[in-house]
Amino acid sequence: MSDIAIKVENLSKAYQLGDFGTGSLTTDIERWWALMRGKEDPFLKIGETNDRTAKGTSDIVWSLKDINFDINEGDSVGIIGRNGAGKSTLLKLLSRVTSPTTGNIKVKGRIASLLEVGTGFHPELTGAENIFLNGAIMGMSKREIKKKFDEIVDFAGVERYIGTPVKRYSSGMYVRLAFAVAAYLDSEILIVDEVLAVGDADFQKKCLGKMGEVSKGEGRTILFVSHNMGSIIQLCNKGILLNNGTISLSSDIFSVVNKYLASNQSLNSSYIKPIKSDECLIEINEIQLRNLNKESISSFKYSEPILIDINLGVNQLVTNSSIFLTILDGQKNRVFSAEKNIIEGQSNYILTIEEKFLTSGRYSLQIFTHVPAVKRYYELEDVCHFEVIDDGSIFIKYGEYKHGSVFGRYTWD
Amino acid sequence: MGDPTTNDSYNDSTENEVHIQKWDLEIKPQSSVFDLHLKDVWAYRDLLWLLVRRDFVSFYKQTIFGPLWFFIQPIFTTLIFTFIFSNLAKISTNSAPAPLFYMAGTVAWNYFADSLTKTSTVFKDNAPIFGKVYFPRLIMPVSIVFSNLVKFGVQFILFIILMVYYLFLGNKVEPNLYILLFPVIIILMAILGLGIGLIITAATTKYRDLAFVVTFGIQLLMYATPVIYPLSAAPVKYRTIIALNPMSGLIETFRYGFLGTGKFYFGVFIYSVVASILIFLIGLIVFNKVEKNFVDTV
Repeated sequence: MSDIAIKVENLSKAYQLGDFGTGSLTTDIERWWALMRGKEDPFLKIGETNDRTAKGTSDIVWSLKDINFDINEGDSVGIIGRNGAGKSTLLKLLSRVTSPTTGNIKVKGRIASLLEVGTGFHPELTGAENIFLNGAIMGMSKREIKKKFDEIVDFAGVERYIGTPVKRYSSGMYVRLAFAVAAYLDSEILIVDEVLAVGDADFQKKCLGKMGEVSKGEGRTILFVSHNMGSIIQLCNKGILLNNGTISLSSDIFSVVNKYLASNQSLNSSYIKPIKSDECLIEINEIQLRNLNKESISSFKYSEPILIDINLGVNQLVTNSSIFLTILDGQKNRVFSAEKNIIEGQSNYILTIEEKFLTSGRYSLQIFTHVPAVKRYYELEDVCHFEVIDDGSIFIKYGEYKHGSVFGRYTWD
Repeated sequence: MGDPTTNDSYNDSTENEVHIQKWDLEIKPQSSVFDLHLKDVWAYRDLLWLLVRRDFVSFYKQTIFGPLWFFIQPIFTTLIFTFIFSNLAKISTNSAPAPLFYMAGTVAWNYFADSLTKTSTVFKDNAPIFGKVYFPRLIMPVSIVFSNLVKFGVQFILFIILMVYYLFLGNKVEPNLYILLFPVIIILMAILGLGIGLIITAATTKYRDLAFVVTFGIQLLMYATPVIYPLSAAPVKYRTIIALNPMSGLIETFRYGFLGTGKFYFGVFIYSVVASILIFLIGLIVFNKVEKNFVDTV
């Protein structure tokens, strides 16, 4: 068993909502008085879970509540969760930017955190001067930076501009230089927030490659926050799923990503016929998108089939009538269509889109019932939104690069 | 092994040994008031020098005169003070040449005042950096004081040139043994400015009110300090009040050591030493208490 690099025990963090104004001084005095008498902080007791969509009754919100987990040395851990789940708070606590309200974190080894690239860059200073300054802010000594200076410049690819003030850099160059410094940090633990959202695809690939090298090759521990499940799956072996400030699952990365995708219901992937609608001969009552386990979900992995479950209301059977369904991509372009004749007495139709066919991205449906070239009965435009996430195709290494809507069937000779 | 009990205890102890791990860092909600992380500050000393260098270099980038700009401010202040306070108001300079007297006062005062005002906004100014990466927060204000020390050093050269000029002319300029207190005075002015600045910046993370006081307060404070007049020129009944300002003893001693005008007030100087150290320690403690969570409120 490898050693534990980070041990988190009962970690909580409370934030005060609203404005600090004239009232805050009296609050502070009350709080101080309670603490002086050895009592509990009166303003922390009335805590609530962190659900930003519901209106709360107190001014205190628990961004993290009683978090416990261990991270072993050499693990790369993906931290996943919706916006506001507490990911950034956790990273802030781990990188000591702010301190916990209760609980503690024990760490073995040096932590370098990359919550932002280029922290402390001064626009007037040259690239070289900023490498030293930024490196020192991250905790490197001058000697260490000097030793790695050439590699950093080389990785960033800004050799020609190294003597130029960074205010004249293009934003891409700026980010490359900043990431390069961080990539060469000599720490046992590396904490990375979504910094890869910047830079071009080429550089993103390079960063992912470098981070993979860091975790697998050098045996460093990595904590990585991203909304891009593709890069998380590629980079991490363990995962922690946060939900409203608590851990909902801490396990291997695949189970965690699966659970996250299953719980991610922000897309409206089903259709149910409104009660008040015009009568017509062949209606669509309901459409559900399901996975193999018949669960109704909106995020599918590339490696699983997508089941489109259609329920019709046939008021009167018309000869030659059929369902016509088209898959639309994120830009509402038609990807492909499928047609099915309506059979007497059958109201349920399931269309299965085979696995490893749609590429990662967002999709929706266009669907209607009709008698071809005669009449359309019930027509739905742009319903049942869903997304496909790449969990290991041959193109996953290109990150967000859009290589097409479908995976081609081809052979090379 | 026949005896199960010994076997069990043996197992227990090894298990304990496996689980006892040495941690390099423990992040906790509260730490002792007197845990000032000074070891951390030392570990980041390279950053301190780089920050000082940054301030110095970025100050004169894209200027023609470069560091010469450091001279402009004291020269003009001295000229105007000489004109207003000496020529128009006829305030005594204890028989020292007026420009030299004022330059000694302003150079020393500016060093203190700049250290104070710049450190008093350190949390607010650096919130973006502090919110993203950890390094000992104290590095920032300390680097500001060192940057000001560099500036003071440059301006001090100007003062020495002026002093040599007046010595050469045969004016009444009599440096004496108290000049040896100079390094002590420099350190005391630094920690006094830093101490007050730290207290103010800690308070302003939550209550911005104090920040408004600093900007005009520091100007008024100059008149409550013997910068443009010698302590001996103040009416006797106000002298004690003026001496309550720890800067008074420092400026008086500084001027006495170099110019030989006025006299050395032993009690006032000792008071300044004690007050400066005390304020500095309070500042350190308050700053350390606030730095852990200020990101949430600033």
